[in-house]
Amino acid sequence: MSMLSIRNVGKHFGGLQVLQDVSFEVPGGSIFGLIGPNGAGKTTVFNLVTGLLQASAGTIVFQGRDLAGEAPHLITRLGIARTFQNIRIFKEMTLLENVMVGMHHLVDYGPVALFFATPTCREAERRARERALELLSWVKLDHKALLTADNLSYGEQRKLEFARALATEPKLLLLDEPVAGMNPAEKDVLMDEIRNIRDRGYGVFLIEHDMRFVMGLCDRIAVLNFGRIIAEGAPEEIRNHPDVIEAYLGREDDAA
Amino acid sequence: MEGFSDFWSTYSTLIFTVGIHALLALSIWLTLACGLLSLANAAFMGIGAYTAALLTVNLGWPFPVVLAAGALAPVLVALTIGVPTLRLSGVYLAMATLAFGEVSRVIILNLDVTGGPEGLNGIPLVTEGWHIVLVLAVVGYGLARLRRSRVGRAFEAIKEDEVAARLMGINVDRHKLFAFTLGAGLAGLAGALNAHYTFFISPREYGFENAVDILTMTVLGGISSLIGPVLGATILTLLPELLRFLHDYRLAVNGVILILVVLFLPTGLWDSRRIRAWFAGRSQK
Repeated sequence: MSMLSIRNVGKHFGGLQVLQDVSFEVPGGSIFGLIGPNGAGKTTVFNLVTGLLQASAGTIVFQGRDLAGEAPHLITRLGIARTFQNIRIFKEMTLLENVMVGMHHLVDYGPVALFFATPTCREAERRARERALELLSWVKLDHKALLTADNLSYGEQRKLEFARALATEPKLLLLDEPVAGMNPAEKDVLMDEIRNIRDRGYGVFLIEHDMRFVMGLCDRIAVLNFGRIIAEGAPEEIRNHPDVIEAYLGREDDAA
Repeated sequence: MEGFSDFWSTYSTLIFTVGIHALLALSIWLTLACGLLSLANAAFMGIGAYTAALLTVNLGWPFPVVLAAGALAPVLVALTIGVPTLRLSGVYLAMATLAFGEVSRVIILNLDVTGGPEGLNGIPLVTEGWHIVLVLAVVGYGLARLRRSRVGRAFEAIKEDEVAARLMGINVDRHKLFAFTLGAGLAGLAGALNAHYTFFISPREYGFENAVDILTMTVLGGISSLIGPVLGATILTLLPELLRFLHDYRLAVNGVILILVVLFLPTGLWDSRRIRAWFAGRSQK
């Protein structure tokens, strides 16, 4: 069953064609990987899905709904959350506040309730705080909940970004190079955590460079090269696909 | 008791001015809190002041209604100009709001109903000391509640990283417009209160210099909490008075003090993080 389908999507910036006729289906409840060399257009795909950019051609459909023209915050509310390649947490806010920002659309009370601190409002805030702590303890950062986020190490910042993305209660989680800059031990821990996320029923769609990581983790993989999908399938198929090997390693007669 | 009434009769105007300035500083704190550099608040104050004064003088409306109208008029203006200008950010927004401020001032200067360059005279003196105290208390409490709510968190998220805030499901444009509009309302309220205290208003009071003054108070005090703007407003109002013994040099010394603060305390006098760290350091000793 497909959760997100990308159909014949193209994107150009002026005369520069970044994506061309890209189509693939991201199923729910599994881990889908999009790989490809630097500059292949992977992050552009994420920016199109999350509404930061508009596609020049084709359609993007999430759970039967066309996302064309939808504002980013509405797409998030529909159930797509993402993390960033270059971590974008709110550094001057506490960890708790970071995660609570993710719940923005789930915490609801009016201005009057807010001003008079009515029970409804207090209760909503209390529930949000509890849920945020729960998410923080899930990524093992609850003991730092009241510190500002700039106190965190690189790996911890990635985990915080995870917790914050999950706080929006997504159905599909987009991870942009989740293990960039991590050591092998940290990568293994993160792999387990991503499997955990999938087993809890979320769909995961990730972009990654690290082949070992992708092959070991993803249920299905699509390969993007120069803005086109050159292969799609299970990890074994991708590993042995001649076009993929060529994209990553070059052709033999190139070397000569 | 007698000592107090002497003190009050000597300094009441000064204390009132501190209150008005604090309200203005809080009005611009709102926009700064979500990362908007706006210079329109002096103009909003003027719109509020003229609306209120004209309603009192010409139509004799009751004071509370006049105050509400003084706050509402700039809110309506802010909604109209906010939609196009808040697409801008940084210095570009500052330029656009600055231009708006000048246009407003020139319009007031050239209308007949506002008394033109001569201003409006003979506004009844109905604002009392406790009015401003009450308004400040209610506004301070309301903003403190706001800061610790989902809206306050959204403001801070927008200030730190607009794209990330958008992708957390926050409607960034609406929050910016809300901060801008509410700030305009507070500035208008300050203007309306002030007009009924000073007897006389003129376009000169709402120009570029005043816009910068308001901004300076808030930036000097620091925007990390609500204490900063109030502290900044108090200091900038009192400092010229305290420096009176320096006679002709007092404005120069005033300027030097501001430069020193900005150089050595770039996050403002009251930075809640620095103060928390300072207390934590002391309690450990």
